[in-house]
Amino acid sequence: MNFIEARKLVHEFIRRDEEDNVESILVALDGVDLDVRQGEFVAILGHNGSGKSTLAKHLNVLLTPESGTLWVDGKDAQDADNLWDIRQNTGMVFQNPDNQIIASVVEEDVAFGPENIGVPTQEIWKRVEKSLKSVGMIQYREHSPNRLSGGQKQRVAIAGVMAMEPKCIVLDEPTAMLDPNGRKEVLDAVEQLNREKGVTVILITHYMEEVTRADRIYVMDNGKVVMQGTPRAIFSQVETLKSYRLDVPQITLLAYELKKAGLPVPDGILNRQELVEALCQLY
Amino acid sequence: MLRDITIGQYYPADSVIHKLDPRTKLMATLIYILSLFVFRNVAGFAVVTLALASIILLSKVPFGFMVKGLKAIVIILIITALFNLFLTPGNALVSFWKLKITKEGLKNAAFMSVRLIYLILGSSVLTLTTTPNQLTDGMEKALKPFNKIHVPVHEIAMMMSIALRFIPILIEETDKIMKAQLARGADFESGNLVKKAKAMVPLLVPLFISAFRRANDLALAMEARCYHGGEGRTKMKPLKYRGVDGIAYLVIFAYFAAVVSLRIWM
Repeated sequence: MNFIEARKLVHEFIRRDEEDNVESILVALDGVDLDVRQGEFVAILGHNGSGKSTLAKHLNVLLTPESGTLWVDGKDAQDADNLWDIRQNTGMVFQNPDNQIIASVVEEDVAFGPENIGVPTQEIWKRVEKSLKSVGMIQYREHSPNRLSGGQKQRVAIAGVMAMEPKCIVLDEPTAMLDPNGRKEVLDAVEQLNREKGVTVILITHYMEEVTRADRIYVMDNGKVVMQGTPRAIFSQVETLKSYRLDVPQITLLAYELKKAGLPVPDGILNRQELVEALCQLY
Repeated sequence: MLRDITIGQYYPADSVIHKLDPRTKLMATLIYILSLFVFRNVAGFAVVTLALASIILLSKVPFGFMVKGLKAIVIILIITALFNLFLTPGNALVSFWKLKITKEGLKNAAFMSVRLIYLILGSSVLTLTTTPNQLTDGMEKALKPFNKIHVPVHEIAMMMSIALRFIPILIEETDKIMKAQLARGADFESGNLVKKAKAMVPLLVPLFISAFRRANDLALAMEARCYHGGEGRTKMKPLKYRGVDGIAYLVIFAYFAAVVSLRIWM
């Protein structure tokens, strides 16, 4: 069984007026299927309002589906008994770094998760040290989060999740509020966790450049999964992506335009290196 | 910078008082405040003064730092002293027009002012030697028995520590909104008090909205990290009494006994 298996997930946001009459229904998830294997790096792409954040919140049981089934780590997400198990096993990192840091000292914030699940004191110290090291923030352990940069705060948030020793991390647009440096810091840390510790990563974003490192990509639009496949397969369909209001990475776009202009460049170029090699082979 | 403001007035130093368990300090402060209202003669006054002076010396916090706290109560101090001075009935020492100063009034005014000053000095030792985090931790643990009568002690402590974390963030946000409003021609400076208060409305509305949004985000983040109240929670830095706390408790009770007996037998 896959680590995450979702079948025909449906979630609706219902807006009611004062007399409890239904004013409008927004179908945020409309029959979503999702399969993620243990240790995979999966990216979920989508324009604003495509339902990708709603999907993320289901994986951590912050929301429950209206219909459909969701299994996380072999446990049924609709069974209330599994709630804390699932939340511990699939950690979640949110968009705004300020709004997810609870304590006024870095190490105490990282300890918040383990404290909640009742880890003994000495073990907490070990876990805090280990997870701060794994994101390269150990030298800031006694600092106040208010004085860290956005990228550093986000790495502290990731450490806070790692300290609960989850099998999977869901990152809901973790870089949307960061500058390019911070974005790189966070993505490098995430990639390292995936490659070295074998943590399953689900990265939700609308930045195309970030997903080229993923094993597989899901593209969402209007609450539905509209495309899925490897980055190369996805990015070779430039026109389809554009129709979902998504931009392809600049280098892929350049290769695409070159091909359209008549040069025999392969589809789905993902980085500069590949384009250079492809062009060198032409002459 | 706004980011650098410290909440409370913690003064970092390496002293015995700093190292005491926050619960010990809370208890000591409580007993000290009680003792201030017990003494009523010069002998009692001498004991209290001696105790306060030795605590201040032990805490290694510069005296000038503590006196700063007194500025806030100067007006209350003067009013209290004047009322006590003129309105206590008894043997008149001096009298002019309709006012008279009595012997009892003089004594009351002096003791009352001393009490107020000592109250501020004593309790500022607590806030100067204890970080806000330690204070909330100490309060949570010390008030735990009240859980039995359904006082949500853990929740209150959690709210206090979150408030402490978010104060600098909200101040920064206020600053940002203020600048944005100023850039569009808002005027927070001129006019009388009413006008100034009215000018704050466009500042407060966005601030409140954003505070609620932050609260919502934070609640989600806490739930995602398995927060489910105080039950079954462990601590990274649990409070533990050490030998020095035991000695401190002995000293406090001996002190209180001394003050009470001086009142009874002298």
